[in-house]
Amino acid sequence: MSPLTHKLLRDLWRMKGQALAIAMVIATGVMLLVMMTGLVNSLEETRTTYYERYRLADVFAPVARAPNLALADLAEIPGVSAVEGRVNGATLIDIEGRSVPVQAQAVSLPDFGSPALNDIYLNDGRMLDSDRSDEILLLESFARAHGLDPGDTLEATMNGARREFRIVGLAQSPEFIFTTAPGELVPDDARFGVIWMSYSALAAAYDMDGAFNEALLGLGRGADEEAVLAEVDRQLAPYGALGAYGLEDQLSNLFITQEIESLAATNQSVPPIFLAVAAFLLNIVIGRMVEAEREEIGLMKAFGYTDWEVGAHYFRMVLAIAAGGALLGCLFGVASGRAMVGVYTQFYKFPFLIFDLDATSFVIGVAVSIAAASAGGVLVLRRVFALTPSEAMRPPAPADYSRSGRFGRSIARLLDQPTRMVLRRITRQPLRMAGAVVGIALGMALSASTITIYAGFTRTIDLTFSVVDRSDVTVSFTHAVSDKTILELQRRPGVIRVEPVRDVPVVMRNGLEEHRGAITGMVQEASLSRALDAGGAAIPIRSDGLVVSQTLADILDLAPGDSVTVDVREGRQPILDLPVVALAESLLGAPAYMDMAALNRVLKEPGRVSGAYLLIDDGQSEEIYTWLKGLPAVAGVSLKSEARDAFVRLLNSGAGWSRFIIGALAYIITFGIVYNAARIAYAERARDLASLRVIGFSKGEAAYVLLGELAAVVIVALPLGTLLGYYVAVLMASAFSTEVYQVPAIFDLATYGSAALVVIAAAVTSGLLVKRDLDRADLVEALKTRE
Amino acid sequence: MSEPAYIVKGLTKVYGEGHSAVHALRGVDLEIPRGEIVVLLGPSGSGKSTLLNILGGLDRSTGGTASFGRTDLGALSDRELTRYRRDHIGFVFQFYNLMPSLTARENVELVTEIARDPMSPEEALDLVGLSERVDHFPAQLSGGEQQRVAIARAVAKQPDVLFCDEPTGALDSKTGRAVLRVLQRLNERLGTTVLIVTHAAATAGMADRVLNFADGAIREVTENTEKLDASEIVW
Repeated sequence: MSPLTHKLLRDLWRMKGQALAIAMVIATGVMLLVMMTGLVNSLEETRTTYYERYRLADVFAPVARAPNLALADLAEIPGVSAVEGRVNGATLIDIEGRSVPVQAQAVSLPDFGSPALNDIYLNDGRMLDSDRSDEILLLESFARAHGLDPGDTLEATMNGARREFRIVGLAQSPEFIFTTAPGELVPDDARFGVIWMSYSALAAAYDMDGAFNEALLGLGRGADEEAVLAEVDRQLAPYGALGAYGLEDQLSNLFITQEIESLAATNQSVPPIFLAVAAFLLNIVIGRMVEAEREEIGLMKAFGYTDWEVGAHYFRMVLAIAAGGALLGCLFGVASGRAMVGVYTQFYKFPFLIFDLDATSFVIGVAVSIAAASAGGVLVLRRVFALTPSEAMRPPAPADYSRSGRFGRSIARLLDQPTRMVLRRITRQPLRMAGAVVGIALGMALSASTITIYAGFTRTIDLTFSVVDRSDVTVSFTHAVSDKTILELQRRPGVIRVEPVRDVPVVMRNGLEEHRGAITGMVQEASLSRALDAGGAAIPIRSDGLVVSQTLADILDLAPGDSVTVDVREGRQPILDLPVVALAESLLGAPAYMDMAALNRVLKEPGRVSGAYLLIDDGQSEEIYTWLKGLPAVAGVSLKSEARDAFVRLLNSGAGWSRFIIGALAYIITFGIVYNAARIAYAERARDLASLRVIGFSKGEAAYVLLGELAAVVIVALPLGTLLGYYVAVLMASAFSTEVYQVPAIFDLATYGSAALVVIAAAVTSGLLVKRDLDRADLVEALKTRE
Repeated sequence: MSEPAYIVKGLTKVYGEGHSAVHALRGVDLEIPRGEIVVLLGPSGSGKSTLLNILGGLDRSTGGTASFGRTDLGALSDRELTRYRRDHIGFVFQFYNLMPSLTARENVELVTEIARDPMSPEEALDLVGLSERVDHFPAQLSGGEQQRVAIARAVAKQPDVLFCDEPTGALDSKTGRAVLRVLQRLNERLGTTVLIVTHAAATAGMADRVLNFADGAIREVTENTEKLDASEIVW
């Protein structure tokens, strides 16, 4: 081993605290990169394989009732590789011990053999016996949520008739990875079930013998999906086509896709921050080291080492820290990626998992950290080159403070000498100080924005469930029914208030932009479910046009005054042109509102409602649920408390977890910066501080000169961090937001107060660590060492 | 003769332990009278700086006692040692140890702000002949000037004892003589006890008492009956 290598190793050991702090910041960035890339790849790979293995359809075409013969024509459409017709039916499941009925979808499976499309994966039990019409398979996640097993029986209401079924098996399907009750946006295992039955049994229950109400189509390579969708709609139009749609609009798939996209977005925005901070720290620390080792550098040069050889020595140190951190990050990344993938598999309910670590993420991680570190190292090299042997061998002249500003008499009287030392040092090296300020501000920004996101999630929940929706119960009807049903609900004892609603499924278009959603018709004086503006005030519902949520306006690029094409997918299926009259705030989904009477008028269906919001007396809730379950028109009853719980669960799992991790990381980064700043300040001033102690300053007074500077830097960094934090929060909020939920970037004092506390805590900890060294410093030794 | 400034009995100092132990002081007995200039001579590692550091309250002995007046320095806590240095002792170092971020006047004020009964910074700087350059930063001063600021800083608090560790070590002989003259003048005018550690044997000429160190012990004590003026010293 060459003596320089020995020196390198010893130097690394000597500065192990700082080296470790920097390596950890790098490791964190690389860990995130490797873990997130691995996660995104694994999830995408697993999803694709799951879809292929179980032949998930590419096109879904719901229809009122079409004869099975029509399937042959569908199969002839160019680009279509497989066709399957099936029966779908809305049902209500009775769960023992629950007065609220649970909504479910009954899906048919061919009597013989497996379906050409949308096959299922049997977790438990056996497949259906087509001779027995009472046998069902139940969605595994739903069964687990209610403790149901093969062999159990289940009561369900199908098409108005109540029947008892026997569960023979539990199954999973790529079609129902996420299940969402109709009219709701948040998936919940417990509150929406899927039942598979043999075609003959289900067709009998829904009067669909020899017919289907949903066609599934598989597409071959290079098929033109748009053309297929148009042709399917054309062919099924006589049978009451409700509008074919592609896999990208399928609810479960949409949800998974958005979750994965949100992960990928986080992956692109957060790791670079860590690597940039690490580069900055390396530059400062190694730069300081070169300054302290000018004698050694001069000596090496005097012995005949070239600039490059000496430079390479210090550069190797940069590389050692960067590479060490990067490798550590790769290891952490693999470990946490594996752990997280397990969590995700459960969350996404994949029956299997393809763990796919992307080798390029390692290469990128290591390469980027080394490149970032080298950028910091280049400045160091310049300093090494600039030192001449003779100059390096002389002790440096005292740092020149003559231009650092004098204090006028009036100010001078207020400042004691230690304070002047602090202030002069700050003004003498404004760039270095600015660097430390920006670094700490970045750390604070990261932590502030993370807490902001957390607060944003909470606000989403509050706004959605306390301000927008103030009802206790939402009732949805099997179809648009007469508004007399509302009167029936109003007459029921214990029901305090009823507000009808008319939800109409539509496809909205503006130019090339398109969105599948619904228009919600509400009463003018709605108070249980309201549209709100950005300030939280209720927006009056208009009869002359749509009140559109900001999210929808963004998707379709709409502004008040624009007109939107509404392709209604219900009843007569008219195509309407409606003006946008106002924008509303919504954090959940992308709703559009209109006056219910006006909506019914343009649909030419007066007096129709599709659901109602109820305010009920808590004491009579059980009786009311039981009564609702018995009403033939009721398709589903959803309790707000349950919907809220589901939403909280959603936000706490999935992409939501990453905010916890980023929060922890923000602490690491803040500490890394503040600790390094404190260490460097100490190293540079060890001799001054020892002199002060010798002259008779107490430990506390000497520490003030050292830590006062740090405190000043931190104090300046706090407001800057607040500002940066707000902008980072805006970026992160948009990365976290999906079409299903929006996370607002809110600015509240408490958030930034806690972030400031994080920084102050990190500063105090590092200050204490350095002060401990200061207290232990050997005064005699410190005075002997020449600067 | 008045009460001695320091009484040292059987003082030992050992660095390290076991085989690697270094005996810096091997039992030193000594009395230093008040108001004298004492020069400590000896080769590197002979123990003179160690003794200076212990008497100055910067380091602690391993054995024996060192008393300042009636105060046993070994019995003081860290806090009390700080107090002792603050109230009674002035230090002058080989490398001046000025605060680069403070002007000459401010460097002196650093001490006068915390001392019990200081002279004014201007007066201290005048004593060392620097009244013209009070507003200069260390980087704008020559080595000799910096050392004079350091001396002004050390005497401004009117210390009982002034410790000088190689005060001329980094200076040319002319500047060095000027610095020594300042020390001598202070001793005469203020009656400050001055201890000077040096390699330059010629400095001994200006001392009341010369302690010759070798191997951690005092080999010889010489009392000068006739002191030279610092300006007469040549090395």
